[in-house]
Amino acid sequence: MDAYVNAFRTTVPTWFDGGIPSSSFGLEAAKEFAMPAFDIPGCHNPMEFLRSITDETSKDYRIKIQHGTTTLAFKFKGGVMVAVDSRATAGGYIASQTVKKIIEINPYLLGTMAGGAADCSYWERELGRRCRLYQLKNKELISVAAASKLLANMVYPYKRMGISMGTMVTGWDKTGPNLFYVDADGTRIKGEIFSVGSGSTFAYGVLDSTHDYELEENDAIDLARRSIYHATYRDAGSGGSVSVYHVKENGWQFISTHDVYDLHYEYQDQPKPRLI
Amino acid sequence: MECLFGLVGKDFAITVSDATSIQSIVVMKHTEDKSRNLNKHIIMLYAGEPGDTVNFAEYIQRNVRFYEIKNGIELSPQAAAKFTRRQVAESLRSRQPYSVNLLIAGYDVKTEASQLYWIDYLGSLIEIPFAAHGYGAYYVTSVLDRYYYPQISLDEAKVLIKKCIDELKTRFFINLSNFKIKVSNKDGIQEIVL
Repeated sequence: MDAYVNAFRTTVPTWFDGGIPSSSFGLEAAKEFAMPAFDIPGCHNPMEFLRSITDETSKDYRIKIQHGTTTLAFKFKGGVMVAVDSRATAGGYIASQTVKKIIEINPYLLGTMAGGAADCSYWERELGRRCRLYQLKNKELISVAAASKLLANMVYPYKRMGISMGTMVTGWDKTGPNLFYVDADGTRIKGEIFSVGSGSTFAYGVLDSTHDYELEENDAIDLARRSIYHATYRDAGSGGSVSVYHVKENGWQFISTHDVYDLHYEYQDQPKPRLI
Repeated sequence: MECLFGLVGKDFAITVSDATSIQSIVVMKHTEDKSRNLNKHIIMLYAGEPGDTVNFAEYIQRNVRFYEIKNGIELSPQAAAKFTRRQVAESLRSRQPYSVNLLIAGYDVKTEASQLYWIDYLGSLIEIPFAAHGYGAYYVTSVLDRYYYPQISLDEAKVLIKKCIDELKTRFFINLSNFKIKVSNKDGIQEIVL
């Protein structure tokens, strides 16, 4: 329907320069490299319209996006440790307890998922495709800086149109371990420690107070897992199980998945750390 | 909540930007550089809508560079500021305006003087001896009004900048812990620590 309506539009949005015209579905090689472009609602102000139906506080709220997450990643001497919870919520309803929130872009790149599940999966999969094309074209792996900028530039044209995505792109390239935060408003920042999602403040509390760059691998794994656990304990939007990944020189490695219920009773018996 | 300010002396311009990136109530980073060098002598500071800021700054940076390659001359701070203002003004009437506030400071090699330009997201441009953007402006401008004078030396300017930062740290309720300070003079641009 939108495609039909848009065919009668006289003005083409200027920020879609170089996009694929909505009427063509050809698979020509050049178009494979083009940025994906979507139909825009054919109303007077598409941005206002899309925002009004995706914003929780709006009276026209119709498209209910799955929110509520805790994800974290931090750099340490052994690379980057990444951990996430696995709960998906739609309003007060727990839609799933077994979501995979770490997206394996390629053997050297990981993306995390917070915000809209569909937006994150779609754009990070698209990122994976473009990283693969880059690799085939240039005969070398894409850097994390370039990959994250590709993602930021892909979503930027859709700014203020209701995309919900808060992600960390991490990996190991020829410059070493790298960590970037990218979100739907086009923000892209390089950093050492990030946590994203509704439970991020709780995760930061544990992470910041314990983090040390010189942490051993096992301690880093424990810290990542524990930070997510504490976030699931206090944040209703986070829960399920904790998955941990470790980004190393020869690619990422899946570490473990633990149900937070089991972790709760495991941690309950442990003494509190000494403060002085 | 971001804070940018700067001042010009006889033969230099000094700029300060806070180094904090904030997402809702979380400080994501304490060491973010909110500036781009447009050429060897021009610094551009930016603040505003996340995403728009970096995109706009890099767009200006590349176009200034392109102009310089095409014409084989270095753009003066005035030329760069006026070009930037026009881009902001044209974007303002587009469907998706950039909401970015800017400070452009630099040393003009030709006139051997430095300038500072204040540009807001509505496309206003003014050349002034000292300027500030954001909530920080409410604290910093009076300090600059009290102590600034046109023939100020670099060493005095550093002391004045320190006074401004101290005022922000004592009276501004947001914790701006880190600042990036840059100086542009005849030798180019350097980042300095006080």
